[in-house]
Amino acid sequence: MLAVLVFLARRLVLTIPVLLGVATLVFSLIHLIPGDPAQSILGEAAVPADVEALRHTLGLDRPLIVQYGGFLAGLVQGNLGTSLRTGEPVTSQIADRIPATFELALAAMVVAIAVAIPLGLAGAVWRGTIADHAAMTMALAGVSIPNFWLGPLLAIVFGVEFGWLPVSGRGGIEHLILPAISLGGALAAIVARLTRATVIEELREQYVTAARSRGASRRRAVLGHAFRNSLIPIVTVVGLQFGAVLTGAVITETIFSWPGIGRLLVQSIGFRDYPMVQGCILFIAVTYVGVNLATDLLYGVLDPRIRYR
Amino acid sequence: MTRTGLTIVIIVVVMALVGPLVSPFDPAAQELSLRLVGPTATHWFGLDELGRDVLARVLTGARISLLVGLIVVGVSSIVGTVMGAVAGYFGGVIDEMISRVIDVLMAFPGLLLAIAIVAVLGPSLVNVVLALTIIGWVGYARLVRGQALRVRELEYVSAARASGAGTRRILLHHVIPAVLPAVAVQATLGMGGAIVSEAALSFLGLGVQPPTPSWGTMLSYGRAHLLDAPHVTIFPGLAIAVLVLGFNFLGDGLRDRLDPRA
Repeated sequence: MLAVLVFLARRLVLTIPVLLGVATLVFSLIHLIPGDPAQSILGEAAVPADVEALRHTLGLDRPLIVQYGGFLAGLVQGNLGTSLRTGEPVTSQIADRIPATFELALAAMVVAIAVAIPLGLAGAVWRGTIADHAAMTMALAGVSIPNFWLGPLLAIVFGVEFGWLPVSGRGGIEHLILPAISLGGALAAIVARLTRATVIEELREQYVTAARSRGASRRRAVLGHAFRNSLIPIVTVVGLQFGAVLTGAVITETIFSWPGIGRLLVQSIGFRDYPMVQGCILFIAVTYVGVNLATDLLYGVLDPRIRYR
Repeated sequence: MTRTGLTIVIIVVVMALVGPLVSPFDPAAQELSLRLVGPTATHWFGLDELGRDVLARVLTGARISLLVGLIVVGVSSIVGTVMGAVAGYFGGVIDEMISRVIDVLMAFPGLLLAIAIVAVLGPSLVNVVLALTIIGWVGYARLVRGQALRVRELEYVSAARASGAGTRRILLHHVIPAVLPAVAVQATLGMGGAIVSEAALSFLGLGVQPPTPSWGTMLSYGRAHLLDAPHVTIFPGLAIAVLVLGFNFLGDGLRDRLDPRA
């Protein structure tokens, strides 16, 4: 028990410098804008008084260290500034979009797992056969097809040609299907390949041979023994891929006009609403770090070997 | 698999180089009366929203994709290998510093940091290459660092050190050559990754700007015509998928050959 607590505490402490680094990088973004950020936001034709006023609003007229301190202090209090476009707090606008993005990300992961695990198991059980090659070629194709192509293709076929499913906006489950498939495709491919590799590895272990020699059926040896032990690495990879799904959502939400954080980010870039851009980037990165941490912790708790490394 | 991948990559490279022989049309020439016309015997891939030949634009776009891939992978792999080798070989404070930078950059999932960088620097091909390199070197550095930690303990490296070889010599002649196969595999897979990333940024309007043809930009403009002209979307996307599949096949095949454990 003590070992678990020490492991948890150490992992948590190690996350702090990473989060500080992320915050610092996001803070410095606005200072990477070539020239005067306020002038760049308002355009070349803006009058000097307006530029000056915006510099003041953004706090750019204060010394850098004061700006940085203010940014971190705001962050701790959950204050990410005000949107330049709407005048509303960045945090509340992001909070409004969280359910849509999480709904899409979770649906994509469900689709991915539902497709990938049977495919991976088939590859492992019928290793070297045509079924295996077909499953793995499909998986490699899945990794290679970008979601910004798969999305429009699905929209053409199922939205336009057959007219079965809506291709934009959020609503009932029918709105979720195409975006979730388009976002989950690449993840499915990764998980299928991993499932195949881990199950093949586990099938070579002595405990599987032992189970078979005790009279366990092949089906039981694969599903009850090898697959069960493969679940830890599979769950870990799915967890670690959550970040890729969130980034993918930036594109998928744009394609399907899905009202989530990714779409908000892309729209804010278009409007040069930099406080909002910073807020979205920070939110996605911190969520990613958080999910990775949770995955790591879970892995450590489930598998004692990890704790002592 | 390696051979299939190599064949695909070679075909695309050759097509990109001899583009005008395959499609005699100027990728920028507009034939407004034929806008959005589908594939015909003259225009195999049809015409886009400004009446430009889609095949000619796909072929020119291949040059952009391959160029971006080569520069991003080339610079990232060199910078990453050097940083990783230095961090892993020396350890201590240098390793701590490089590793913390790697940790922070890795805290941004996939393309997110590239999107952020291009969003503030402004959309352009140069900024895309810069952004993808900033996020790209980290993967190589982490890979090489791990390998360098292992290699520096091997007997032949100790022997070289004992026989008076300097740090620079050990790094260049012993540590880096030992990690090169792994870097080569990652670089091959990285070509596919860089090509998709460039296309993704261009698709979001953050990359290559019109009128320069890029596969991502073409897909982005094609979206408005999904109903009346799906060919504008289908062909550039197919080109990306095929080329990336080629690099993935090649990378996977190389990994199987160079690293039998994987």
